[in-house]
Amino acid sequence: MVSKAKKYKTRVISTLIHHELLNRGRSLETLSIVEDVAFNLIKQAVIYLPEDVKQVLKKAYAEETSDAGRTQLKAILDNIEFAEKYQAPICQDTGTIIFYVKAGAKAKDLDKIEVALIKATRRATVEVPIRPNAVNPFTQKNSGDNTGRLIPWINWEIVAGDEIEMTVLPKGGGAENTCVMGMLVPGEGIMGVKKFVVDAVMKAGAKPCPPNILGVGIGGGSDIAMKIAKKALLRPLNVSNPDPEIAKLEKEILEAVNMTGIGPMGLGGKITVLSVNIDYAYRHPASYPAAVAFNCWAARRASARISADGTVEYLTHTVK
Amino acid sequence: MAVYKFKTPISEEEIRKLRVNDVLYVSGTMFTARDQAHKRALEYFKQGKPLPLTLEGLAVFHCGPIVKKKENRWTIVAAGPTTSTRMEIFEDEFIKNFKVRVIIGKGGMGKRTTEAMVKYGAVYGAFTGGAAILAAKAIKSVKSVEWLDLGMPEAMWILEVEEFGPLAIAIDSHGNNLFEDVKRKVEENKQKIYQKLGLSP
Repeated sequence: MVSKAKKYKTRVISTLIHHELLNRGRSLETLSIVEDVAFNLIKQAVIYLPEDVKQVLKKAYAEETSDAGRTQLKAILDNIEFAEKYQAPICQDTGTIIFYVKAGAKAKDLDKIEVALIKATRRATVEVPIRPNAVNPFTQKNSGDNTGRLIPWINWEIVAGDEIEMTVLPKGGGAENTCVMGMLVPGEGIMGVKKFVVDAVMKAGAKPCPPNILGVGIGGGSDIAMKIAKKALLRPLNVSNPDPEIAKLEKEILEAVNMTGIGPMGLGGKITVLSVNIDYAYRHPASYPAAVAFNCWAARRASARISADGTVEYLTHTVK
Repeated sequence: MAVYKFKTPISEEEIRKLRVNDVLYVSGTMFTARDQAHKRALEYFKQGKPLPLTLEGLAVFHCGPIVKKKENRWTIVAAGPTTSTRMEIFEDEFIKNFKVRVIIGKGGMGKRTTEAMVKYGAVYGAFTGGAAILAAKAIKSVKSVEWLDLGMPEAMWILEVEEFGPLAIAIDSHGNNLFEDVKRKVEENKQKIYQKLGLSP
C-alpha cells in the first residue's frame, strides 16, 4: 500500500516537473500568481475571522445569559483579538485544507492550478505556520506538510468567463467529527429534516466547539447532500437563503437548536448555534438525503478572484 | 464559584478542594498528550519502561499545538485544547497509573474518567476550545519534546506555564460532572423543541 502510494506520488511530481519545463514563461507566471494568492488566502483565513463571523460572535456575547457561556464567549472574543495582534492562527487546529475553485472556462493554464494549490499549502505550513494535519490512514504517519493523496481537496466548478475565483475552507477536526448524513423517509418531508438537524445538534453537544454554524444539505444523493451542506458553510452569516420559505426554515431551526441549553463550549447557555445555512438539490423519488456539516465558532474562510490580466481582488479580507 | 491558583506538583489534598464551577489557574509544568501519547504512555507502564518525566501532580493538556523551531529552540505558536472524549478510553488508567491531577481539554469526559477522578483525586478543567493564542500566551517555554516520531500534534510537549487558564472546573473529585448536567438538561428540553417544530416525539 505504502510503496504504491509513493510510486503514485513520484509519478505525479515527475509529470508536473515535465509540464513545467514544457510550458515555461506565461504558465510559470500563472502558477506563481495562483500560488501566492492561495498562500495569502490560507494565511488570512487562519488568522483573521471574516467580519460577519466576528459580528455574530459579539452579538452572541451580548445576548448570552449564562455565566459559564459568557466566560467562554469572552475568551473567544479576546482570543480573536490576540490572534490579529500577534498574527498567529486563531486556533491551533488549522484544519484540513479544502479549496473551492470556480474556474472560468476561458481562463488560461487551468491545468497548473492544482500544483499551485499544493505548493501554497506546503508553504503555508512552514511560513504561517499552520499545523501539519495530513495523516496516512494506513500507516498513521503525518506527512508533515498538510499534503498527501487527494489532500488538499479541491472542489472544481467550471463557470463562464476567464476569471478564477478561489476560496479556502480550513476545516477543523472537532466540528468535522460531528458531521452527519442520513437517508431520511421521503414521506416525512421537511419535518424529517428538522428532526434530523436538532437531533444532530443534541448528539454533538460540546464536541464541535459551539457556538456552531450549521450547513444543511438536502436532496441530491448521499454524497451530494454533504457536499451542499459543507459548501453552505461558505455563505456569510448575515445572508439568508434567497428563497423566503427556506430562509424561514433556517430561522425556525436556529431558534429550535438554541433551546437545547448546550451553550458556548457545551457548558450550558442559550447560544449553541450562530447560523443555519440551508441549500438543496432535487432528490430521487425514493430518497430523501440530508446532511449536517458543523463548523466551529472559528468559522474560517477566505476568497479571492484572479482576472485574466493577473489582477487579484481579495473578497473576504483586506490584504494584510 | 471560587478562583484557585495552583502550582505543580499539585497534591491530592489540594485538588480535592475544587468543586465544579470553580475557576483554576495552573502554574508550573504541564505536558500535552493526545490519543497516541496516551496510548504509548500506558504501553510503557505495562512494559515497566520509564516515562520521559514523572507525571505525578502535573497537569495533562489534551492539545496538539503548532510549534515553531527558531534557532534550535521550540516556541509555541498556538495551543488550544482538542476534544477530550477521544481520550476517554485511556484516561482512567492514566490517572490511576500516573497520578496526574488536572486534565485540561474541551468538551468534557465520561463516566469512567469521572470515577477515576473520585477514586484517585483529579479534576477536569475545561479550556475554551479554539482559544489557541490565549493558551499560548500563558506558556512561557517549551522544556522539551518527547515522542516527536508521533508527529507534531501527537508528540508529548513538556511546557512551563504561568497562570494557565481560566479553566472551568467541569468535573471534580467528588463525582460532579457539569457536562453530564448539561446533557440531562438538553434531554429535558428535547420534548419542548420537538413540540415547537410540530414533531411527534
